[in-house]
Amino acid sequence: MKPAVTLAITRRVLLQLRRDHRTLALMLLVPCLLLTLLWWMFDRDELTFDRVGPPLLAMFPFIVMFLVTSVTTLRERSSGTLERLLSMPMHKLDFLVGYALAFGAVALVQALLAVGLTVGLLGLDIAGPLWALALVAVADAVLGAALGLFVSAFAETEFQAVQFMPALVIPQILLCGLFVPRDLLPDGLDLASDLLPLSYAVDAMQRLQATAGLSADFWSDIAVVTGFVVTTIGLGAATLKRRTA
Amino acid sequence: MLRSDRWSEETRDGYWTDLVLTGQQTVMRPASAVAAVTVTSLRVDRGGREVIPDLSTKLRAGQITGLLGPSGCGKSTLMRVLVGVQRTHGGVVEVLGLPAGSPPLRRRVGYVTQAPSVYSDLTVKENLRFFAGVLGVDRGSVENALETVGLTGEADDVVGQLSGGQRSRASLAVALLGAPDMLILDEPTVGLDPVLRRQLWSTFSDLASAGTTLLVSSHVMDEAAHCDRLLLMRDGVLVADDEPRALLAQTQTSDIESAFLALVERDGGGGTR
Repeated sequence: MKPAVTLAITRRVLLQLRRDHRTLALMLLVPCLLLTLLWWMFDRDELTFDRVGPPLLAMFPFIVMFLVTSVTTLRERSSGTLERLLSMPMHKLDFLVGYALAFGAVALVQALLAVGLTVGLLGLDIAGPLWALALVAVADAVLGAALGLFVSAFAETEFQAVQFMPALVIPQILLCGLFVPRDLLPDGLDLASDLLPLSYAVDAMQRLQATAGLSADFWSDIAVVTGFVVTTIGLGAATLKRRTA
Repeated sequence: MLRSDRWSEETRDGYWTDLVLTGQQTVMRPASAVAAVTVTSLRVDRGGREVIPDLSTKLRAGQITGLLGPSGCGKSTLMRVLVGVQRTHGGVVEVLGLPAGSPPLRRRVGYVTQAPSVYSDLTVKENLRFFAGVLGVDRGSVENALETVGLTGEADDVVGQLSGGQRSRASLAVALLGAPDMLILDEPTVGLDPVLRRQLWSTFSDLASAGTTLLVSSHVMDEAAHCDRLLLMRDGVLVADDEPRALLAQTQTSDIESAFLALVERDGGGGTR
């Protein structure tokens, strides 16, 4: 792996996004609009907004980055640019980490906007430090990007890639503790919830909301999410084959 | 003087037969004794089908070898093998003295796929700068490549807005970055206008004279005119592997298309193998 090559990939992905104003606007503004909608829905019930706000802050970057990455990478696979890159002196991890860095940077902007809006304007109550909120959001976005990179290997068309979202993302949303607190899930499902990365991101957000400091539990949640990111990128690297049939 | 320059004075693109018959064709590059590529008993299966059953050949250094044959005959597969992106099922393939696809070759072999593999949402220059960054070559190389393919004027245009021919030239420019020792070009002149085609062949000729080994595929037989050596391929089998002039003499034909037909008939009629 060479930093110069990794950064060349990151720069190129960001350049492509900058050209695509519509995608950029959708990525950055849609989460803000949805959070505003939610705030409006619970206008008479601030406690509920305080309860569902943080999990949603964890969820949006995850979903958006999953979608964008799976489609972009698939496009790279089918346009022949990936084959060209793999015939050049580029390590597979340069490619994956380059992508993760680019989408991580976009996620950071997205998180800053979403956190700024919910805490600053919409009055979401957070006890913990705000930068930690952004940290969770970025970790989550990178997780979504890593998962998107991985599934792009199993999709032949962009249509299929998008269909992976209900298959891989919605179960995580259902089991992450937003609808039913994780410790109240029936036997079996609590175990499934423990195995899914989004659960830990949501846990981390909820801890930040409840306690002022950064607990050891918060850091262990972050560590679990990071572990999932590293594993998924490793799996993604295994799906990038220089030689294909 | 380069051969193609001389041709451009004497004849229009594609009219090479007369030259051969009148004995004016001169191969300016002496056949090199050094093999840039050695393929021995190569076998490739794709989707459970034998695409290349048993192929052996040598490409000479510093020459243009034309890989001609109808579409679907296995040209692209053979090129992918040389680049090292195709899984093989037998045989030995050496490129510049190393096993095909080995890491040191990744900056010494330039490869252009049939479909232009550049980012359509970036400008030509942005594409080149990106790939130059991956290859670790300097910016000057970008300007040179732009000039070689004649896209200096379009450098700041987004690739998606360019014509098909300009797009494939952008893709070609990427392969030229860092002046690789070997260029593998899959149908680089498809859809280009004749003037441009001649310019590109002239560029290839310059590159070969400077020592680059080129393998150029085409399904248009008259492109054979520009090659030092020809591989004629059909159904994954090489039906000929010789100099253009020798092929014509051997088959007693006056153009490569007829030579191809004569060879196929000699090898067992028009049916598939």
